[in-house]
Amino acid sequence: MLEDKDRIFTNLYGWESYDLPAARARGDWDGTAAILARGRDAIIEEVKASGLRGRGGAGFPTGMKWSFMPKESKDGRPSYLVINADESEPGTCKDRDILRFEPHKLIEGALIAGFAMGAHAAYIYIRGEFYNEASNVVKAIRQAYEAGLLGKNACGSGWDFDIVLHRGAGAYICGEETALLNSLEGKKGEPRNKPPFPAAAGLYSCPTTINNVETIASVPTIVRRGGAWFAGIGRNDKNTGTKLFCISGHVSQPCNVEEAMGIPLRELIEKHAGGVRGGWDNLLAVIPGGSSTPVLPKAACETALMDFDGLREAGSSLGTAAVIVMDKSTDIIYAIARLSFFYMHESCGQCTPCREGTGWVWRIMQRMVKGNATVEEIDMLYEITKEIEGHTICAHGDASAWPVQALIRHFRPEMEKRILDYRKQAA
Amino acid sequence: MKKHVDLNASYQPASFGFRDPSAVSEIIGRYPPGRQRSAVMPLLDLAQRQVAADGLKATPPYGGWIPRAAMDEIARILDMPPIRVYEVATFYSMYNLAPVGVNLVQVCTTTPCWLCGSDKIVKTCQDKLGIGVGETTPDGKFTLVEVECMGACVNAPMVQINDDYYEDLTPEGTGGLIESLAQGKKPPSGSQSGRKGSMALSGPTSLAAQARSSMK
Repeated sequence: MLEDKDRIFTNLYGWESYDLPAARARGDWDGTAAILARGRDAIIEEVKASGLRGRGGAGFPTGMKWSFMPKESKDGRPSYLVINADESEPGTCKDRDILRFEPHKLIEGALIAGFAMGAHAAYIYIRGEFYNEASNVVKAIRQAYEAGLLGKNACGSGWDFDIVLHRGAGAYICGEETALLNSLEGKKGEPRNKPPFPAAAGLYSCPTTINNVETIASVPTIVRRGGAWFAGIGRNDKNTGTKLFCISGHVSQPCNVEEAMGIPLRELIEKHAGGVRGGWDNLLAVIPGGSSTPVLPKAACETALMDFDGLREAGSSLGTAAVIVMDKSTDIIYAIARLSFFYMHESCGQCTPCREGTGWVWRIMQRMVKGNATVEEIDMLYEITKEIEGHTICAHGDASAWPVQALIRHFRPEMEKRILDYRKQAA
Repeated sequence: MKKHVDLNASYQPASFGFRDPSAVSEIIGRYPPGRQRSAVMPLLDLAQRQVAADGLKATPPYGGWIPRAAMDEIARILDMPPIRVYEVATFYSMYNLAPVGVNLVQVCTTTPCWLCGSDKIVKTCQDKLGIGVGETTPDGKFTLVEVECMGACVNAPMVQINDDYYEDLTPEGTGGLIESLAQGKKPPSGSQSGRKGSMALSGPTSLAAQARSSMK
């Protein structure tokens, strides 16, 4: 188990204040100017050495992402850092705790990351529902300006840096990085085609890097303690460091916790969340990484390791590390059908396969819940999800397809039984 | 999903003006010169809050919403075609484009909350308020809606009422919450089971030293 001395987010539960004096007492903003004095390349090398991978779901190596940014502006376009705080993946509530209890880690991380990629401005795009969380971030930003940590000559480093907070207004799709950029530009949150990638033409057609809140907030500690420290935590060099896990659903003690990458799923649930309600044998299934990751039946949960490769080997994905636990009392077909409704509701409507397909899947899933369907329709449902997957501009279509595909893969007998039971009752 | 809205309905006021021009220019000033269109979302929010403040003084009272006149005013201020503002206003779920109750009760019913009994929370709200989902009470005090994941899943089930989250709800607690709001009180937001943030209710499994030193 991870020891407290290796935890980054020491105010995860909000025991202490989020404000600047308390954050400083926790070690934030300690020698930031000296960190920046190491230079851009040294900071990027340190982050590369740490093995840090994006914490927003895709898991792209962070240091490499930063290195895609232009070294200098040849045409006068500025570079931007955009921080994705549009946390809306069902099951996920980790960034919220950073925003409300540890905003200074995020702000300091933004300065260090912004400096490393040559950006003088960062935008934090926070979901609109997080009103009180946004207030804390705004107050923390103001404190940082007043203390000279942001603005002209930030921290006395000679680097000018500004941070602007932008509130969203309730669209899940704006967590997709290019939809987020469109939203930030004052448009509908519709994803853009790639290429051009944001590092070439992002916000206002300028070079832009978009990072998750947890990624950026981890950076100051990584750079301060060294990439080797972070890389020493976890199972192997592809799955390093600590990670915030959100454990929700049918557990005795739902909670957020920071743990080492690669912790066994069972250990995570039993050590931190008080175990599955009614005991481990009462477990039906777990969605291990937020709503879009494939559900794992109990047998796969026994041995699953909570990191990028561990969950891929188990047939799912780490996603945002939001563990949704379901015990044997769960109607698993409805649990997944409800996610189908979610994806229909949140489809931006730009691509036909997603706009029409998600509604079609939801309508069939409603009948699957009742059993008012034919067994052949299970195959048709699977085929429809395959027609959505990979045929859309962004990954929303894929995300709507995977939960249903996993349901059919692991719980087909349950679906067939529901259909037969319905027929018996009708007869 | 796109919302249908009647921009010519009888309740639409003829004109709208921002009361605080300095707030408007502060918002526009956040974005680079020539990129003032980025201010459309914060200005829509500002308009909705201004209407909410007016609504508290009206009889019957009403909550925050965005009249068409406000969208036209924002289009004028930001020098963009009105249709571009309508597009944004109808795209995002937090902009109310028709009058709502003073207390917008939004119950999360996505899977993590559903697993923890959000059906009972919806039922309690319906019974207490005497209205269905999507409806407003005749006294203008409450509108009840179901919403998608609010990002407080380990504190499920939860509701958001205007700007505040009420988490770790029970049906009884929800009933009490609505009674207090009906009497014009504002109960403390956050976890209703008394736990600290997203920590396990039974006590910390990590960072125990921090918990102890803060409780001294």
